This record gives sequence, structure tokens and C-alpha cells, in this order.
Amino acid sequence: MNFEFTEEQKMIQQAAKDFAERELLHDVIERDAKSEFPADRIKKLAELGFLGMMTDPKYDGGGMDTVSYVLAMEELSKIDSSVAVVMSVCNSLVNWGLETYGTEEQKEKYLKPLARGEKIGAFLLSEPEAGSDATKQRTTAEDKGDYYLVNGTKNWITNANCASTYLVIAQTNPEKGHKGINALIVDKNTPGITLGPHEDKMGMRSSDTHSVMFNDVKVPKANRIGEDGFGFNFAMKTLDGGRIGIASQALGIASGAFERALHYAKERKAFGTEIFNHQAIAFKLADMAVKIENARNLCLKAAWLKDTKQPYGIVSAMAKQYCADIAMEVTTEAVQIHGGYGYVKEYHVERLMREAKLTQIYEGTSEIQKIVISRSLLK
Amino acid sequence: MKILVCISDVPDTTTKIKFAGNKELDKAGIQWIINPWDELSLTRAIELKEAHPDKIENITVINVGTTASEPTIRKALAMGADNAIRVDSEPKEAYFVAAQLAEVIKSKQFDIVFTGLDSADYNGSTVGGMLAELLDMTSVSAVSGINIEDGKVIVSREIDGGTQKLDVQTPFIAVVQKGIAIDPRIPAMRGIMMARTKPLEVVAPANIDNLTEIVEYEMPQPKGKCRKFTEENVNELVDVLHKEAKLI
Repeated sequence: MNFEFTEEQKMIQQAAKDFAERELLHDVIERDAKSEFPADRIKKLAELGFLGMMTDPKYDGGGMDTVSYVLAMEELSKIDSSVAVVMSVCNSLVNWGLETYGTEEQKEKYLKPLARGEKIGAFLLSEPEAGSDATKQRTTAEDKGDYYLVNGTKNWITNANCASTYLVIAQTNPEKGHKGINALIVDKNTPGITLGPHEDKMGMRSSDTHSVMFNDVKVPKANRIGEDGFGFNFAMKTLDGGRIGIASQALGIASGAFERALHYAKERKAFGTEIFNHQAIAFKLADMAVKIENARNLCLKAAWLKDTKQPYGIVSAMAKQYCADIAMEVTTEAVQIHGGYGYVKEYHVERLMREAKLTQIYEGTSEIQKIVISRSLLK
Repeated sequence: MKILVCISDVPDTTTKIKFAGNKELDKAGIQWIINPWDELSLTRAIELKEAHPDKIENITVINVGTTASEPTIRKALAMGADNAIRVDSEPKEAYFVAAQLAEVIKSKQFDIVFTGLDSADYNGSTVGGMLAELLDMTSVSAVSGINIEDGKVIVSREIDGGTQKLDVQTPFIAVVQKGIAIDPRIPAMRGIMMARTKPLEVVAPANIDNLTEIVEYEMPQPKGKCRKFTEENVNELVDVLHKEAKLI
């Protein structure tokens, strides 16, 4: 086995680290407090090619592998998960979905501007009454011959306002159940689309999250991805890769909190010595280090499987569940190590703890990941 | 116009330096980077090329180093340099490096040669000046800005109480310092992808003697414990300064 990263992978990791430290760190606390979306920083991230980093260069992407993507996601998420999630949705869900299942015409029209970072994408699956059970889509895409007529509401949509291109999952043939679902490419400025207010969230407060309402929205048939009824399968396949992105995000949140806790433990003194010298603290840090190492290895294993064209759905579910759960544990301990300072915003770890919570919920809860993993054990 | 940026491969500036014995740097675990002044020089060269694509046709980076410095050179190519030259030798001391660079520059035409004010490893601050002398070229020291205005190369220098602007005839050597660029350029994905395909020419070193030899490194003494005296125990402070520190 070779655990060495290539020169390119190290360069991407360093580029993401430099970007996060230089462009995001200085106002991340303020943006979190104000729920302010950093459109200017997203533009810079796009110009550097991060939003289309995994897309094939023939569609104007960076052509980087999934391992590089994991490394970049970790570095951005150490500092600002609200920015990292934009990169995750664009790369793992929207671009990958279009590149893998779109027609050449769809790729030309929609994928290329996304891969160049000129446009941003969003993935619209969750609904007020269809979260973990994604088969129960209430948003309809009625077949009207040349076009679909879309009606319904999507919830918790990341990039809802900043995106130009939506991938919308909607029900066309309710009698066929999940086999009647379609995936449609929808221009955000199509008449009939309205957005709810920016969600006032617990964490990742500066990410661009809204509900999206569709009222008699006409979508050309040419914008359907795959065959009629492929939508649910499309969503599940796409989420397999999406899990690697969110797992890496959770890993970054955990390692960011760990680095801050370790630094603090080496500086802060209590009972005449640095608190690192108290075994109660040192053992916490040892436990955190082991969890992070395991989490990183799982993310990289899932990425390696994907890069080498091997089945990766189960390992990506393991990575998502494990990384999200340890992110919650590690950030909670990071707050504990900081004591009172951990409970105030200036020291970042309380924010990282709030961000960690979301990774256990979105793009498949930890419980859903366990369903995926346990079902695979029966086979 | 052709630009050459001289780059050194140096330990990351946050490295905790250790020595193996008293003459050799312990290189274990060190992360190597482009010398910060050189990285800023390259950033400015790229900015100039982007602003004046009709005036600047090529940016080359050059390094005196072994294969170990190639990741650093590739990063420079990923940032936006067009091609690279590596003089295949351990950079032992300033004169050796300057003379190796001079040999390459003599055989190729460059209009502006950037060198950093100093390198973050040995802080010698001598390569730029030596290079100018060896090549009998104009050099401008302490350069904090460079622009192309009406076809002229205008160089800014920080001087006591203000800034001096010079209209400099090419070819010349610019020894750069703070201000040349705000932040180093972060390589874009496309740049990283293309870095491996850009030309990296490896040239054999010229037969040049070292003029100096490192005899020994000496680490500073560890700092002693800090003792605090207040107004109430001034007499004790005087006593310590007299008897222990023997300063009064």
C-alpha cells in the first residue's frame, strides 16, 4: 500500500489551506453571527477552479481525483464549512451527476459553465415531508408532452439563492412509486420559482440555505437526466459520492477543532503547568487524534475506491457516518478542553461544534448511513 | 520582454530548526517552500504578464538545487511560470549560487532578473549583488514595486522618508523586498494540472569553487526563567542585579 500523496495532491492541499487561512479566517466569526454568505470569496474559490476541480478537463474542469478533493475539503472545513459546502455540492452532486448521466448537449450547456466556476449549482431533493425517506417525493413533474410542469416545495436547499442551475428531483408517475421519479435540470430564473427566506440555522450559518417553491414551472423534456423514471436512482448514485464530500467536511471540522484544542492545551496553564501535562487533558487529545486518523483513513479509502472505479457506496456511507459522529465528539471535547473560553465565539470551537452537528444530519443522517451499511452486511 | 525569477528552496518559516551535529541542518520532517521574497517576485512577474501580455512573453524560474527541490519548482510552474531551469547541484553558499546562476544567465537572454532580498534559510542578502557584479549588469536593490508604464520599466524603492521611482533600462537585476506583491499567488487547479507538462530543464553545474565554508552552527542559549519584581521588592531586584547578574 502507498500512503504517499502525489506532488499535485500536496499542492492542492496547500492551496486550499492558504485560501482558507488568507481569505476566510479573518471574518468567519462575524459572517457566522450575521448569517452572511461570502459571495466574493466563493467567486475567488471558483476562479481558482475548486468548484469544478473533479470534472473532466474536456468539460472545462480541473480533472483532479477524489483524494485531492478530500484533502481540499478538509482544509477548507477546518476554517469555514459554510464555504466548503458550496464546493461539495458543486463537485460531488451537481457536476458529478451531470458528467456521469447527462447528455452531451446538457454537458455543453450546463456542465461547462459550472465546471469553469462561472455558475453555481444546487441539488434539490429534500422536501418538508421527504427527508430520509426520499422515495416520498411530493414535488410533481407532470408530463405535458414537450415539457414537464413542476409544482411543489423543496426544503433546506444549499446554494438555493446563489445557484443558477438546479437539479430537481420530482415525481412524474406516482403509481410507479420511486420508479416514477425524474431528475430535471432547471434554470433558477425560470418563471414560477420563488425562494423562502434565508434559513436561520444553528451552524453553517453563512451557507446559502432556503426553501424553493415551484408553481407551474415549465421544464423542457430535453432537461431530463437519463431515461424516464431514472430520477431516484440518479439521486442515490449521486449521494454515494456526496457522502465523501460531507465526510471530508466533518473530518475538517474535527481536525480544525483538534488543532485549536492542542494549541490551547500547550499554552494554557493550570495547577502550575500547561494543561497538556494533566493526563485528563492529554488522554482526551490522544482519543481525538485516534478518531481523526481513523476518519481520514476512511475518507481516503472511499476516495481511492472511487478513483480506481471500484464500488465505493458502502465505504462512503461508513466514512460519512463515522466522520460526522466523531466530528461531534471531537468538537465537544475541544470546547471542554478550552473550558469557559470554548463557550465564547472568539475561540472558534463552539462554532465548529455547531457545524459538526449538521454533518450528522444532511446528505443522509448517521442513522440512514447505518441502514445502508447494515443492509450491505446481509448480502 | 523575458523575465527570470531566481527561487530558493527553503524550510517553511515556521520550522523548528535542529542540527545534526554542529555543521549539518537536520532535514527530517522539514516542509520546503519557495523562499517568500522569491514567491512574491514571481507573483509580481505573473501580474505584470497578465497586465501586459503584449510586452512580457515569458517567465522562467531558476533554482540551484538537487532533485529534492523539484516540488518547489513545480509549485512555481503551477503558480504561472512558463518554464523552469534547475542547476543540478547542492546550493552550498552564496557565491557558488550566484556564479551558477550567472553561468546560465550568460547563455540566455533575460530582460528582468528578480532575486529576493535574502533567503529565509541563511539570510545572506548577497546573491543579487554578486550576480550583478558577475554579469556586469545594472542592479536595483530594495525594490518594493515594479510597473510597466508607457513602455518603460518603472521601479520603486523604499528610501528614508519616502519612495524613489526609477526608470530602469533593461536588462537589469531587481533585488526585491516587502511591497513587491501583497500576497503570494495561490496556484489554480488548472495551473497545478499543467505544472507537470511545463518544461523543466536540468543543467549540469559549472565548475565553481566555494569561497566560504560553514565551520559551525551555534544555537542561542535557552531563555532563562523570567522573574517578576514589584515596587515592594525593589531592594531585592537591586540585590539580584548586583550579586547574581553582576550588572551593577
